[in-house]
Amino acid sequence: MNRFVWPLVGFLVLVTFLALGLNLNPREVPSPLIGKPAPAFSAPLLAEPGTTVTRDTLLGKPWVLNVWASWCAPCRDEHPYWVAFAPKSPVPIYGLNYKDQPAAAQKWLQQLGNPYAQSLTDADGRIGIDYGVYGVPETFVVDRQGVVRFKHVGPVTPEVLRDQIEPLLKQLSNG
Amino acid sequence: MVGTRLLLTVLLALTTSLVAVQAKEAEPVAADAALESRVMALASELRCLVCQNQTIADSHADLAVDLRKQIRSMLAQGQSPDQVRDYMTQRYGDFVLYKPPFKATTALLWVGPPLLLLVALLALFLTLRARQRARPEAFDPDTPDDPETP
Repeated sequence: MNRFVWPLVGFLVLVTFLALGLNLNPREVPSPLIGKPAPAFSAPLLAEPGTTVTRDTLLGKPWVLNVWASWCAPCRDEHPYWVAFAPKSPVPIYGLNYKDQPAAAQKWLQQLGNPYAQSLTDADGRIGIDYGVYGVPETFVVDRQGVVRFKHVGPVTPEVLRDQIEPLLKQLSNG
Repeated sequence: MVGTRLLLTVLLALTTSLVAVQAKEAEPVAADAALESRVMALASELRCLVCQNQTIADSHADLAVDLRKQIRSMLAQGQSPDQVRDYMTQRYGDFVLYKPPFKATTALLWVGPPLLLLVALLALFLTLRARQRARPEAFDPDTPDDPETP
C-alpha cells in the first residue's frame, strides 16, 4: 500500500502544475506601469496634425487611452464596444493611433464611428514603446493625478468594459 | 546498417548547416559592424513580446525591429547595456529579460531546480540506504535464467 503513496503524491503535484499552467495566459504580461505615472508624451492630433496634446494637458481628470490602428484586425472587433460605451463613459476616451496612415485612420473612424474625444497619433511607435505596448489594441486607464491604474491587452469585451473598466472609471471620477 | 547511419549523419549535418545559413541571411547590414554586434548581443538577451519564444534579435516582428532601432540609438549615444536593460524593464517588466534578476518574486524560479535536485538526491540516498540495510528476505527471489528449470 505504502509504495503507491509517493508516486501518487508526485502525480498529483504534476497534475496541479499542469492545471495551473493550462489556466494561466502566457500572453498576459503584467505591466510594470500600473501604479506608476503615465509616461510623458507630446502627440499631434489625428484630426488636426498642427495641434499637439501632452500628458500634462490631460491631468486633472481621469482618462482612458485606447491604442488602435486601422491595420489591426482585433481593433475592428472591439471598436463597436467602444462606440457603444463612449456616450455613457464618465471620463473622456482618447485614442492613440499607433503606427498608422492618417488617411486610413480617418477613413476607419468615418466608417465605423468615432468613440474618441480625440485621437492622438504615434506615427513611429515611440509613445507605444514608452507605454510598453506590444499588441494592439491595448487600453489604459489613467487617474486624475496621471497615474496608470489599469491596463488591458487585446480587444476589450463587453464583460471587461462592464466589470472592470466602467466600475473603475466611476470610482476614479467620483473619488 | 552502418552505411545508413552514416548517410543519416551526413544528411543531418547538411540540413543543420543549411538552417544556420538561412537564419543569418535576413539581418540588416549596419554601417558600423562593432556597434551592430553590440546591439545584437544585447537584443539576444531580450524577449520579443509579440512572438514570445523569440529574442528581439531573432524576431522580424515590427516591434522587435523598432526595439532594435531603439537599442542601436541608445548604444550609439554612449549609454551602457545596463541602461538599455533598465529602459526595457521599465516598460515591459522583468518578463523581457531572458535572465531575470534574483528577487523575492523570482526566488522560486532560481532556487527551484537546485532544490528539486537536492530533494531527489536525498530521496535516492534514503532509498539506497534502506535497501542496503534490508534483510535478504525483503527482496524477491531472483527469477531463474532458464524458464525450463522448475
